[in-house]
Amino acid sequence: MDILIWLIPVSLILGGVGLCAFVWTVWHRQYDDPAGDAARILLPDWDDQPKP
Amino acid sequence: MGCPGCLAVPLALDTAAARPAMLILSLPNVHCAACIGSIEAGLTAVPGVQTARVNLTQKRARIVAATGVTAAELVAALARIGHEAHELDAAALSATHSDRQGRDLLLRLAVAGFAMMNVMFLSVAVWSGADDQSRRVFHWISAGIAVPTIAFSALPFFRSAWASLRVRRLGMDVPISVAILLATMISVSETMQDGAVAWFDAAVTLTFFLLAGRYLDHRTRAAARSAAGVLSALEVPRALRLGPAGPQSVAVDTLFPGDLLLVRPGGRMPVDGVVTEGRSELDRAILTGETTPVFAGPGSLVAAGETNLTGPLTLRVTHAGRDSSLHRMADLVAVAEASRGRYTTLADKAAQIYVPVVHLLSLGAFIGWLAVTGDARLALNIAVAVLIITCPCGLGLAVPAVVTAASGQLFRRGLLIKNATALERLASATVVVFDKTGTLTFGVPDVAGLAGYSDDQLAVARALADGSAHPLAQALALALARAITARGIAPAPVTAIAEVPGCGVMGLWQGRQVRLGRAEWLGGVAAETTATHLQIGTDGPVAFQFTDTLRPGAAQAVAGLRSLGLRVMLMSGDAGAPVAELAGRLGIDAFQSRLTPLQKAEQIAGLAAQGDRVLMIGDGLNDTAALAAAHVSIAPASALDAARAAADIVLLGTDMAPIADAVRLARVAVQRMRQNFAISIAYNVIAVPFALLGFATPLLSAVAMSLSSISVSLNAMRMK
Repeated sequence: MDILIWLIPVSLILGGVGLCAFVWTVWHRQYDDPAGDAARILLPDWDDQPKP
Repeated sequence: MGCPGCLAVPLALDTAAARPAMLILSLPNVHCAACIGSIEAGLTAVPGVQTARVNLTQKRARIVAATGVTAAELVAALARIGHEAHELDAAALSATHSDRQGRDLLLRLAVAGFAMMNVMFLSVAVWSGADDQSRRVFHWISAGIAVPTIAFSALPFFRSAWASLRVRRLGMDVPISVAILLATMISVSETMQDGAVAWFDAAVTLTFFLLAGRYLDHRTRAAARSAAGVLSALEVPRALRLGPAGPQSVAVDTLFPGDLLLVRPGGRMPVDGVVTEGRSELDRAILTGETTPVFAGPGSLVAAGETNLTGPLTLRVTHAGRDSSLHRMADLVAVAEASRGRYTTLADKAAQIYVPVVHLLSLGAFIGWLAVTGDARLALNIAVAVLIITCPCGLGLAVPAVVTAASGQLFRRGLLIKNATALERLASATVVVFDKTGTLTFGVPDVAGLAGYSDDQLAVARALADGSAHPLAQALALALARAITARGIAPAPVTAIAEVPGCGVMGLWQGRQVRLGRAEWLGGVAAETTATHLQIGTDGPVAFQFTDTLRPGAAQAVAGLRSLGLRVMLMSGDAGAPVAELAGRLGIDAFQSRLTPLQKAEQIAGLAAQGDRVLMIGDGLNDTAALAAAHVSIAPASALDAARAAADIVLLGTDMAPIADAVRLARVAVQRMRQNFAISIAYNVIAVPFALLGFATPLLSAVAMSLSSISVSLNAMRMK
């Protein structure tokens, strides 16, 4: 059981990091054009920095 | 040295001129990576363009450019590389409250999802028989995750419940909030008292599922609003004001009575006014439904929305802004829409019954268990279990899941649902009222027949029609080109062709004057049907009759609606003969002609008073009040902005056939909503006795709640 003392915080931290990453993507409007983002990776000079 | 103000103003102007401008273009045909590449390259090649970014999901391009760059230049640049584009009003499409609300809901949903997974992970350990010490630790960790999550993620429900309570109403969010809050507070209390049972998992799962329903609902509405916003933004209202420096393009909302405007042939009247110079013909179809163009000369009154056909007209503005006929029409619409706002949805009806029953059951469980055992803590735990088991997870998803699935299906068929309750109202329609011009027909003339004319008449008419920009002449030229080719005759060599604005076109043929135009101009009498007349020399005028081109799928739509048991009627502002002719072609028995906008709205109200629920389908300004007054309404995308705004559903393509399909699909959608309510009620009927008897464990609640939510979502996805 002692291992849980480590595992639970580790799992929470990892989950929290995932949550923070998701929140960051929402704030940076990365869900504004899912169809365009999927198509852009096919372009030779694609960029992942949406312009304003 | 000048004064600081004089120095500052030119400086401010310079600064404004140097600031880049944002332009937005609609790209209806963009569909792949190659389109994105070529459009962005094409736009950035235009001098002055700083950045161009295509949004494939929204089919738009956002361009940042120097102030001198105009949308027209960019549209032309894209046309040269084979892409269709239209200017959109950037102000109308700026980031809205709706965008922020969607992002906010998504964040709350993500936080609830994260908490749900972690709390469930700990709860499974507790349910699996963790020892007392582990259970205590897990409950405390769950509390640490769940309490801040509830405070953040469930806030929209708390706000909505508080808003309902303030106006003394019990909406669906009241039992949701009570259940979430009570479950959380009891769980914290149990954790502090080292109790065996905590409901953190139930509270967080409940929040997650309900937020998922709320987010689905928001997405459906936002997609409809966004598409409707694009349609509105396609019309950028501008006018040519005559000033000392000549015509100047200005925004319509800057016009005042007394201003002089120039309206070129093909242009739409931006305001109400009186003609001071010029002669032309006006197309009033969009305002009155009348297909025959009317003469306009000095002194003629014109209304906003009419189209100038043949000659340039100078107008003096009489009514602008709030006083214009457009705004008066908007007042009619506002009155009609107010009555529609009182529509009670299926979800509202369910909530009216559900909420008191749930609260009484919970209260009954508390009083009963307290009376039997005398243990307030146990009684409170069971009351909370009842509230959680009965919490409307399935009910919260029942309607949004169906509306989302049905809206997606209808969008693929070319219909855009603008209003959340439109599907329910469409399903219950009993009568369909069609407008004629622009709705069942394109409002574009088509020559009725060319069989009874001589070769000379056809050849001369062809030559004259070719020399005119009038829509009737253009339609005639097109039909004559086919007819004379089939007969093997050449166009007559008519010379000195000249257009007489407001009258017609004239020329010389074999030394005789030949004229094509209005009957009155040729000394004849105008018929009630749409026609243009030809006169060769001193011969009597010969009429070429026109009919209105039927929209594709109009006949199928009428037949389809009939087969669904709906009565079909035709109400038009056009003259009696063309309305009767069209009704005969489509087999519509009930039709009325020469109706004013007010009369149309009154007819709709009359039908409603008889107990009918009217589906109104119209496009013109004369239909706007009727569209708003009807139980449910559809407008084609080609309709005037006001008509589209008043309609619940917009038909995106030109084909009318999907309308019957939409009614069928709406009926299926309502059936699915009822099935979803039945599933939720069945689940409650089975689960509530367990909760009342004190057998509802957190595990049972979590399983039952998830099953209810998943089953209603799957049922909604069966929509076809």
